[in-house]
Amino acid sequence: MKKHKSFGRGVSERALKIWFLVPTFALLLFMIIFPLIWSLYLSFTKYNAVAAAPPLFVGFDNYARILSDPDVWERFIITGKFVGLSVLFEFFIGFGLALLLNREFKGKGILTTLFLLPMMFSPVVIGKFFSFILDTNWGIANYILGALFGIPKIAWATSYEWALYSLVITDVWIWTPFMLLLTLAGLSTVPGYLYEAAEVDRASGWFKFRYITLPHITPLLILALLFRTMDAFRFFDVVYVLTGGGPGSSTQILPYYIYKEAFQYWHTGYSCSIAYIFLIIIIALSNIYVNYLNRVRTA
Amino acid sequence: MNHIKRRKYQNTVIIVILIVILCIYLFPIYWMFATATKTKLDAFSLPPKWIYRPIIDNFKNIFIAGAGGGALGEVKIATKRFTWSLFPHQLLNSIIVGFISTGLAVFIGSLSAYVFSRFKVKGEGDLLFIILSSRMLPPIVIVIPLAIMYRVLNLYDTQIGLIIMYTVFNLAFAVWIMRSFIDEIPKEYEEAAMVDGYSRFQAFFKFVLPEMGPGMAATAIFSLIMAWNEFTFALLLTGERARTAPPAIAHQLGTAGVNWGQIAAGSVIMVVPVIVFTFILRKNLIRGFTFGAIKG
Repeated sequence: MKKHKSFGRGVSERALKIWFLVPTFALLLFMIIFPLIWSLYLSFTKYNAVAAAPPLFVGFDNYARILSDPDVWERFIITGKFVGLSVLFEFFIGFGLALLLNREFKGKGILTTLFLLPMMFSPVVIGKFFSFILDTNWGIANYILGALFGIPKIAWATSYEWALYSLVITDVWIWTPFMLLLTLAGLSTVPGYLYEAAEVDRASGWFKFRYITLPHITPLLILALLFRTMDAFRFFDVVYVLTGGGPGSSTQILPYYIYKEAFQYWHTGYSCSIAYIFLIIIIALSNIYVNYLNRVRTA
Repeated sequence: MNHIKRRKYQNTVIIVILIVILCIYLFPIYWMFATATKTKLDAFSLPPKWIYRPIIDNFKNIFIAGAGGGALGEVKIATKRFTWSLFPHQLLNSIIVGFISTGLAVFIGSLSAYVFSRFKVKGEGDLLFIILSSRMLPPIVIVIPLAIMYRVLNLYDTQIGLIIMYTVFNLAFAVWIMRSFIDEIPKEYEEAAMVDGYSRFQAFFKFVLPEMGPGMAATAIFSLIMAWNEFTFALLLTGERARTAPPAIAHQLGTAGVNWGQIAAGSVIMVVPVIVFTFILRKNLIRGFTFGAIKG
């Protein structure tokens, strides 16, 4: 057995394991774990990040205030409504499109990729431009609705009735492709011979869908739903540019509310406690997601 | 056969329907390009001008301070002297931060991914969960303590600060997706090399790393897009100097008074590279969005 005398000859497997993992975990420790521990501490204090006074320990005061404050509960409800509506629409539209796209034809690849484009774009850029499209007076959306269907002008982003829906519309526009992508991937795993066998038995379209298609794509559908739910909870960019949380607080979904508290009012301690409650929800969801991810992992 | 003919006909109808849906769906993007190539007056005219002579002035003006007033520059000043607006500087920041953080994330992430792919690591499941959690974390949660920390460490409003942040953010993604790419490289590669007397460390750099090229390229393009699009950290961890393009575009206020042609032009500049990259990535999109769990 000849030895290659050069750089890295003497690195044992154990050393390699350590040195290949250390940079990743050092960065995570420094940039994620440490800040999170610090913000956990801050969540028990009264603190203003731009004032000179040091954090004042107040125990569970912040948490008690949050849980008893109807305003906060209202934000939770707004967030739930936003997440639920967005994910639901994305699911059905994406599913429908995937069923239509699931056939062989020339140019399928290009057509599919074009459908996927919106989720790759910068949400903040999209949100900004949607505020032009959805503008009450100058927006093309109101013009088209008026010209085609005679619908009177709607104050999309600026009225209590519509502001949350304009966020839902934007989110659905951006993220429907994700549902489409995962459903298509699921549909491609259904073996064709099952359909052929069903054909021989003269099975109905519904039967094929219910007993062949659906069972095969369910794992991916659940994965897609979980991921989108988690991701919708983080929705911030578009709120910032499209509605600014308004009118009033009607579109202050949680991330935006936290932003407001932390960087507009500088209630740093208080905002950390909301952030932590928020974080627990996300971690719980992502735990379910990762477990599921490992289950469907195609090796 | 009648049956096959009917099916073919049905297929054609569905494809036509799909194309119609696609046109409606991508209309906002068309409208962005149209607005970017219209004069200020035409951009606001309703009923809209469907036929017009496209101009490129908006694309020029976003790079010039004070041109056309408002968007992405300062208010119009009566001066003929040419000065750059802030936009080219912000774009450059986006490019620098994007490329460096992507390079770091992909390299560091690939090393760890190799270990996770080839070795039994104690508590592997937990470690991988921690890594992925850092990715799932809502940026707004982590940015509160980080903003304070960055000020203390003098990292606030620096390119380095943003580079570190994006590296960390893309690292989780890189580890997960690279692990799935490395899983596909046969173990025999380094085993054969080790029989030949190389250490595993040498074998990794000499034989495995080159095989990882395509996977690393796909991972890099994904990371680049994420850094290019990122908003929350850029907004709250930078001020004037290190600001990237997304928060700059966000901060063009108002509606009627604003030069939407210029904002649209800036948006087009943000969107076009992503369109190109998406087409390059198209075989890997599913893998990217499921963190390597589904190979597509």
